[in-house]
Amino acid sequence: MTTTDVNTNLKTQEYLINMGPQHPAAHGVLRLILTVDGEIIHKVDPDLGYIHRSIEKMCERDTYKQIVHLTDRLDYLSSHINNEAVCLAVENALGIEVPDRVKYIRTIMAELTRLASHQLWWGVMGMDIGALTAFMYAFRDREMINDIMEETVGARLTMNYNIPGGLMFDIHPGFQKKVKDFIKHFRKALPEYNTLLSDNIIFKKRLQGIGYISKEDAIAYGVSGPSARGSGISCDVRKIHPYSAYDKVEFNEILIEGGDSYDRYMVRMKEMEESMNIIDQLIDNIPEGDFQVKTPALIKLPKGEYYQKVETARGELGVFIISDGKKSPYRFKFRSPGFSNLSILDKISRGHKIADLVAIMSSLDFVIPDIDR
Amino acid sequence: MTRTELQSFLTSKVEGLEFGEETTQYLTVTVPREKLRDFMFLLKDTEELAFDYMFSLTAVDWFPKYLGVVYHLESTKYRHILVVHVNTGNREDDISVDTVSDIYPTAHFHEREAYDLMGIVFEGHSDLRRLFLTDDWVGHPLRKDYVDEANMIVK
Repeated sequence: MTTTDVNTNLKTQEYLINMGPQHPAAHGVLRLILTVDGEIIHKVDPDLGYIHRSIEKMCERDTYKQIVHLTDRLDYLSSHINNEAVCLAVENALGIEVPDRVKYIRTIMAELTRLASHQLWWGVMGMDIGALTAFMYAFRDREMINDIMEETVGARLTMNYNIPGGLMFDIHPGFQKKVKDFIKHFRKALPEYNTLLSDNIIFKKRLQGIGYISKEDAIAYGVSGPSARGSGISCDVRKIHPYSAYDKVEFNEILIEGGDSYDRYMVRMKEMEESMNIIDQLIDNIPEGDFQVKTPALIKLPKGEYYQKVETARGELGVFIISDGKKSPYRFKFRSPGFSNLSILDKISRGHKIADLVAIMSSLDFVIPDIDR
Repeated sequence: MTRTELQSFLTSKVEGLEFGEETTQYLTVTVPREKLRDFMFLLKDTEELAFDYMFSLTAVDWFPKYLGVVYHLESTKYRHILVVHVNTGNREDDISVDTVSDIYPTAHFHEREAYDLMGIVFEGHSDLRRLFLTDDWVGHPLRKDYVDEANMIVK
């Protein structure tokens, strides 16, 4: 058959594919309605709500101390930082200054949480691309952090360690040694991560040039966290609006200009080093003092509006409280990083293949309960 | 710009603004509904303001009067923050606000959420559908007068 015999009038047409809500690459119940032509994506329409628990509505019913416990269930990999956001908002509204000891411990815990979250993301990212070994490495090391958490906090994931006014209880006597042991171990393990995945040519080819986010788009779509820093935008809340002990430590905000999936990947890899640097600076200098200040049993915030930003492992978490002076907030809003990051997915996936969509979603690091709330 | 500079700059440019009390955390301004889009364009495009980052959009039910939308804006260049309030008309039958999703694309999703859970209609939004709930859901759960006897625990 010569080429002239080939029917060039073959018609192709768009069709819909349902991805999820139970899809292994979504790491949760996220449903995407894909409009595809062959394997090329023309449109991504996220359909949310499969794990919507109406946390904002529940907050209007609960007291401020109860609300803290709900926030674990937002982004369950940053649960400590979520708790901290609500506590900081309430403390600032009441004008409570927590002791330095609390600030230091909160910061160390937050960075451990970030490390654990990035480790899990790294392992799962490898798995999404097809490299299963990474998952084993990541979970081996993450287990050490979970053990540290378990010893001090009593829980491994949903920690509930922060309360308005300080911490639930003091750190375990063996906390500092365990953390230092972990850092010593992980400083050796992180280069292994890089040799295993970051420098792997197959892995690189799956990510480089895929899912490009320009600087302007990232700001316009409200992308935050490592996903935005991979486009070279300075957006680290820890630097810009410091809270807890972040004004007392020196660390670099990792910025990479490229904007593709591999750059977002590298930002997180380098952030893990920075997290270890922050812990190094704090762990031996935890000041003596109380681990909480006394707050009223029933907290009532003065009438008004309060906003608190924190940097979770996924980006900027905002807590917006409108109080009418009663024991429960009038309106409680979570500005979750995942929700805004998801809004750019449609734009950056168009023209790529379905397998690339999996890589892009991994590089944006979604946690679905954080999107749905 | 500092807070006072911001306030006097905005006062000189737009009429009819109502500023919140001085004790609020960020400078807060209430904009008349019909001026919202012009105001947002001003905030985004003016060189000295450069509010390019909308980090939060919240729908509020000011029961029993009207519904409201709260926009939190930040400039990634100057790092100043402004909170913009806008209110709908009567909460029963006049619940529309102009969309800003073409000015700030992040609002596209946030407005869909606000429509879904609070029932605010964003005029000019390109794809105003429910986001979390099913299409045949009756009512908007975040409203203060929403009743669901089976699934809500009321204290």
